[in-house]
Amino acid sequence: MSTPNAVDPRVEAELDEEAEALEADAVSGLTRQTAVAARSPMQLVWSRLRRDRVAIASAVVILLVIVGALTAPLIAAWIGHGPNEQFREEGLTEFGTPVAPNSQFLLGTDNLGRDVLVRLVYGAQISLTVAFFATLGALGIGTLVGLVAGFLRGPVDTVLTWLMDTTLSLPQLLFAISLVALVGPSLTTTIIVIVLFSWAPIARVVRGQVLSLREREFVEAARSLGASNWRIMRVDVIPNLLVPILVYGTLLIPQAIVFEATLSFLGLGVLPPTATWGNMLAVASQGSLYTIAPWLVIFPSAALLAVTLAFNLLGDSIRDALDPRQTLFAGRRRLARRRSAKRAARKEAKA
Amino acid sequence: MIRFLSRRAVSAVLTLIAISMIMFVLFYVAPNDPARTIAGVQATNAQVELVRERLGLDLPVIERYFLYMGGLLRGDLGYSFYNQQPVLDSILQRLPETASIAIGGLTMALLIGVLVGIGAARRPGSLRDRISTVFVLSGLSVPTFVVGLLLLYIFFFRLTVAGFPIFPAAGYVEFTENPWEWARHLILPWITVGFVSAATYARLTRSQLAGVLGEDYIRTARAKGLSDGSVVYKHGMRSALTPVVTQVSLDIAVLMGGLVVTERIFGINGIGSLAIESVNRGDQPVIIGTMLLASLFVVISSIVVDIAYALLDSRVRVK
Repeated sequence: MSTPNAVDPRVEAELDEEAEALEADAVSGLTRQTAVAARSPMQLVWSRLRRDRVAIASAVVILLVIVGALTAPLIAAWIGHGPNEQFREEGLTEFGTPVAPNSQFLLGTDNLGRDVLVRLVYGAQISLTVAFFATLGALGIGTLVGLVAGFLRGPVDTVLTWLMDTTLSLPQLLFAISLVALVGPSLTTTIIVIVLFSWAPIARVVRGQVLSLREREFVEAARSLGASNWRIMRVDVIPNLLVPILVYGTLLIPQAIVFEATLSFLGLGVLPPTATWGNMLAVASQGSLYTIAPWLVIFPSAALLAVTLAFNLLGDSIRDALDPRQTLFAGRRRLARRRSAKRAARKEAKA
Repeated sequence: MIRFLSRRAVSAVLTLIAISMIMFVLFYVAPNDPARTIAGVQATNAQVELVRERLGLDLPVIERYFLYMGGLLRGDLGYSFYNQQPVLDSILQRLPETASIAIGGLTMALLIGVLVGIGAARRPGSLRDRISTVFVLSGLSVPTFVVGLLLLYIFFFRLTVAGFPIFPAAGYVEFTENPWEWARHLILPWITVGFVSAATYARLTRSQLAGVLGEDYIRTARAKGLSDGSVVYKHGMRSALTPVVTQVSLDIAVLMGGLVVTERIFGINGIGSLAIESVNRGDQPVIIGTMLLASLFVVISSIVVDIAYALLDSRVRVK
């Protein structure tokens, strides 16, 4: 008996003929069955993501914020208020307090009579810039350290792992504050400080992955071909790390945004008058200003929450789409399905 | 057990030495000149030299390092540049307030987190589970200071305006003076500090407990006719809690960051406020002292948690 899947060349020819015949008298678009197309893993992931309503909604929120940040100057020009422009006449009440949202200031003004909406979109620029560069830096350093530690093992691994653990166990915010004190607050300092405290978790994850990857056959094969350590890491190991790096990268972005906002809130991040969500909230908390101008708390908080939540949800969805076996809620879905099946059975029994 | 403990202690000491070295290098060898900062912009060079001598900044670096380390060993963290008080005293003076928030916040986080996690794990897919998912995600996304500000707005301002002045906005009352007032002043800070960690615990407890509840021995316990509560709390939680204990040790550092922000929002003069004040004043000995004590605290508490863990789970000791 031959292999069951092999097709006799004569049969194949017949099939071809049949297909051609079918094609000839097929009514276009009606009975024609489309060929089953092979889909690459990436296409599968993409289709799973597209079916995930939460992922789509999160992506829409993120896109909106990105568009808002990019078009901030346009929005400012369209409304006619600069981000740091103070409207002492229209923007402040007769007592010098902020003006509530109205037709001229859609989201109200702050303590200096500045337009909250315009400052919000400019703040998005800072948040996204910091998040982008900090995440990039942390991913770069984290991957490199984790890769080297996991691949080389031995004393290098011991030192690097100890470094990771120490960084993870430091009271981050306190150290960040003292570092800022040393070099002075600025956008660059903020990014560097965030990178300094965000690379360790990535390194730890990457190291764990590399530890198992380096024992795999393809690494052995590469080594027996005479490839150098560096070449094996670059060509054989890194491509296998892209999935965890992508997932952790997405989850790192909201952390960076929160970190920046916290530093700015404490007056140690990006300095006023540059608008950031953190220092807008700092203004709101000064002298209990939020009691007479709640919009100063509500809008920046809502913006922060929306963006961080969207990134967190998207990160979870990407992880689910990349690895459908490991979803956090898979068990839950299965249980829910089982329960509804039981309920249906009970109904049937009653009927 | 002794081997495990000694290895843990050695690594802790190494960590602390490394941190103190980094601190020393950053603050005393860095190119900026603390003597110039303290003497002020208008000081003459001679005055700056005097300040330098007084602070011992004119000695060679190595000598200064050993003086500094020797001081540390004796528990001497130096004197504040700002008000010449011993650093240790000014930190210890503020310890009760910070400790009150920290302990209360951690308790709050564990209580809320574990209870929410249990609730979610007992009925997977239910409304309760979905609400807890929302709670976890918002907890992981929201910055501590936003929680604090929103709590202040709703529970202090709105309630007070509505005629229910239940929660005060700021201040601190000694526990020994009036325990009730102490708790009343601290409840909002506790929730603020605990919220972010509570989400982590809820997520962890849920996933752990949901896994454990699927085990055979749980089915056996149920088959014996035990009540649902006794199955979940006695049989389930015992094994589900160990990872939560580990998480506590990782979380203490996060909690400290939350303390800084919370103290700032609720106007509490704790160690976090001290850190920010001294950063703004350029008061380096106090900054270093705060960092070192915080690290010491984190390292010690992580050892304590490790010991607790090793006592609970004998497999850890062998590793």
